[in-house]
Amino acid sequence: MRSIMGDYEETELRLGLPGAGGGGNEGETSRNSSGKRGFLETVDLNLNLNNSSDGNQVEDMKQKNPIPASTDSAKPPNKAQVVGWPPVRSFRKNVLSVQKNTTATDDNKSGGSSMAFVKVCVDGAPYLRKVDLKMYQSYQQLYDALSKMFSSFTIGNCGSQGLKDFMNESKLIDLLNGSDCVPTYEDKDGDWMLVGDVPWEMFVDSCKRIRIMKGSEAIGLAPRTVERCKNRG
Amino acid sequence: MAQSFPEDVLEHVFSFLNHDRDRNAVSLVCKSWYDIERLSRRRIFIGNCYAVSPEIVIRRFPDVRAVELKGKPHFADFNLVPEGWGGYVYPWVVSMAGAYPWLEEIKLKRMVVTDENLELISKSFKNFTVLVLLSCEGFTTDGLAYIAANCRNLRELDLGESEVEDLSGHWLSHFPDNCTSLVSLNISCLGSEVSFSALERLVARCPNLKTLRLNRAVPLEKLPNLLCRAPQLVELGTGAYSAEIQSDIFSNLSEAFLGCKQLKGLSGFWDVVPAYLPAMYSVCSQITSLNLSYATAQNPDLVQFVSQCGNLQRLWVLDYIEDVGLEALAAACKDLQELRVFPSDPYDAEGNVTLTEQGLVAVSEGCPKLQSVLYFCRQMSNAALVAIARNRPNMIRFRLCIIEPRAPDYLTLEPLDAGFGAIVENCKELLRLSMSGLLTDRVFEYIGTHAKKLEMLSIAFAGDSDLGLHHVLSGCESLRKLEIRDCPFGDKALLANATKLETMRSLWMSSCSVSFGACKLLGQKMPRLNVEVINERGPPDSGPEDCPVEKLYVYRTIAGPRVDMPGFVWTMDERVSSRFSRATEGHGD
Repeated sequence: MRSIMGDYEETELRLGLPGAGGGGNEGETSRNSSGKRGFLETVDLNLNLNNSSDGNQVEDMKQKNPIPASTDSAKPPNKAQVVGWPPVRSFRKNVLSVQKNTTATDDNKSGGSSMAFVKVCVDGAPYLRKVDLKMYQSYQQLYDALSKMFSSFTIGNCGSQGLKDFMNESKLIDLLNGSDCVPTYEDKDGDWMLVGDVPWEMFVDSCKRIRIMKGSEAIGLAPRTVERCKNRG
Repeated sequence: MAQSFPEDVLEHVFSFLNHDRDRNAVSLVCKSWYDIERLSRRRIFIGNCYAVSPEIVIRRFPDVRAVELKGKPHFADFNLVPEGWGGYVYPWVVSMAGAYPWLEEIKLKRMVVTDENLELISKSFKNFTVLVLLSCEGFTTDGLAYIAANCRNLRELDLGESEVEDLSGHWLSHFPDNCTSLVSLNISCLGSEVSFSALERLVARCPNLKTLRLNRAVPLEKLPNLLCRAPQLVELGTGAYSAEIQSDIFSNLSEAFLGCKQLKGLSGFWDVVPAYLPAMYSVCSQITSLNLSYATAQNPDLVQFVSQCGNLQRLWVLDYIEDVGLEALAAACKDLQELRVFPSDPYDAEGNVTLTEQGLVAVSEGCPKLQSVLYFCRQMSNAALVAIARNRPNMIRFRLCIIEPRAPDYLTLEPLDAGFGAIVENCKELLRLSMSGLLTDRVFEYIGTHAKKLEMLSIAFAGDSDLGLHHVLSGCESLRKLEIRDCPFGDKALLANATKLETMRSLWMSSCSVSFGACKLLGQKMPRLNVEVINERGPPDSGPEDCPVEKLYVYRTIAGPRVDMPGFVWTMDERVSSRFSRATEGHGD
């Protein structure tokens, strides 16, 4: 039977260095899978990483590290579009941008706002993603970004090339007949449309969510398909 | 064997201890105190839902009545945490449904909640009274209908600033006619219109209603109807504060406010029509908390209104207030404790308002009780920061956001190290600090040396080298949460201070220079930390070991690696390599 201190160990988050303080457990072998690390091990960790003395360790740290390139998948964004900067919560941004537009024009709700997040659903992927359409200036940029986002899933010919082919009208029929994927979106009226028909700005204004379907399902965008799409959303 | 008090005496004594810290201390004394305490603990707070598992919690505390959980890291508020990362309340609700039939309160922050979860909550806990969902997502108004319909004794329903899929306003009508228990209702985040008559009847039959925060869709003309039925309100959030200018609307509004003798807090104010602000003059002198951060009113209307509120303790406002408004505030509101100034146009590099460091300096001079600041502006100087620090050594929360990253002191073009250094040196009780502007490693040296009570630090676009991070991790004794983005901090400081991380709740680093190899090493050496690598562009092992990871989230845990991670999150531990081959096969389960 475990002693009560054993149970206690398990549940109490300590606020000290491992091995320091606590109910005299230094002698016990660990019963948990996440064993307690002794202080010596800690020191080992430090020394393993840097064999010199403390002073040199600090000196080493003064070396400047390269700052990684922009993490955005679109072209280098202008300053206004650095992700998450300035740190204003989405909720606040949404409310402010809608207000500014309602003072400008009566009906136009999304035009001129600084972001347009829509959900993206890819058939076969276990979870949805969200993209900000305002980060991109063209369909091509959007396709590139989506391909990178979903590249870890095997979804047939839905690679970057597959989506690019989609822009080529002559290949459209082949794609729809084949098992390649077809990007579709739900517009303001609730209809499911094929991506690419309207000018980019118009698409950004009217797109509410995106679904990348398998080509065979997308033929004719039959009412059944549309229903399934809606239910899944 | 020492004499001890009988158990029921101890239990009675412990019942006076409400704070977690006290109860935790008591449970360390001896085995019997541990047992008595754990059986009598009714409220638990879990700052990171992945630090512990529901099973462990339930095993230790078998009779809990109130649970508070937090999920995603703070930077999720700014879209830095990809969708699907985690923070699901599901396993908690399922476990608690079985183990805590008498659960009364659930408070969640930054968690994913579904309609099914809400349904389960509404049906599992007979005495359920309080549901608070702050910055949560994943549910629709259908889920709210379950809560309204099934929670017979609901006292508090607060949707915070959650992202709710708004299917219709009909859910509100699910409150049964015999529901009279509401004390607090906050639906301000909802978009669609609720049935006004249902709302009116609900408000009328709940005599204890103290907090009512409406959503934007509730029109101003109808506000008096609600106020007349709830003159006991202490906190009111208006809907849209706009209507055509009509004298009868104005007089109805004025009269209704006149009747609200208990009113202390005001918020809402979307789409403000300034002509209607004076309708509230009768309550201004009572108001201690005012949230005008959605109000697009400008000066002079704005400053005129704020100046009426002489007893203000908390003000949230847009930068339309400008320096001149803040100077008036400093003169009129001597009880001010908290000031938050938000940017009306965050993406405009120039800005169209005259809000500078002067406004903040004025408030720091004029308001002796000022202790909590959140300030967005476009220019700052070391001199101003030094002045603020000297004026307000009682500051405990200081968050400054200069809109342009790496902006220097606009007067001297130097880094703002000295300014922030003065803040941490003078404000010895500082608990929370967010910095911006041009900052070198030197500011972190000041922080490590002086900020001994600091619990939360947010850093962006700052520092020169690992030394900066080392100063913070080795010097800030009380540090619990550290969040960093776009700083040149790498492996050395992180690994040299690995054990520090077990004393903190969490560390977030994104767009820094921490290599995949270092993350692996950290995860392998520190089994009681979850070292999560977030890489949306592909598995971190697809490049060389010294390649930096995109985002890193490290937190202490006794629950081991979590099992609900999406495909772009990897936990670094001994089994890292086998985890990779599974992930690349198409993480579908």
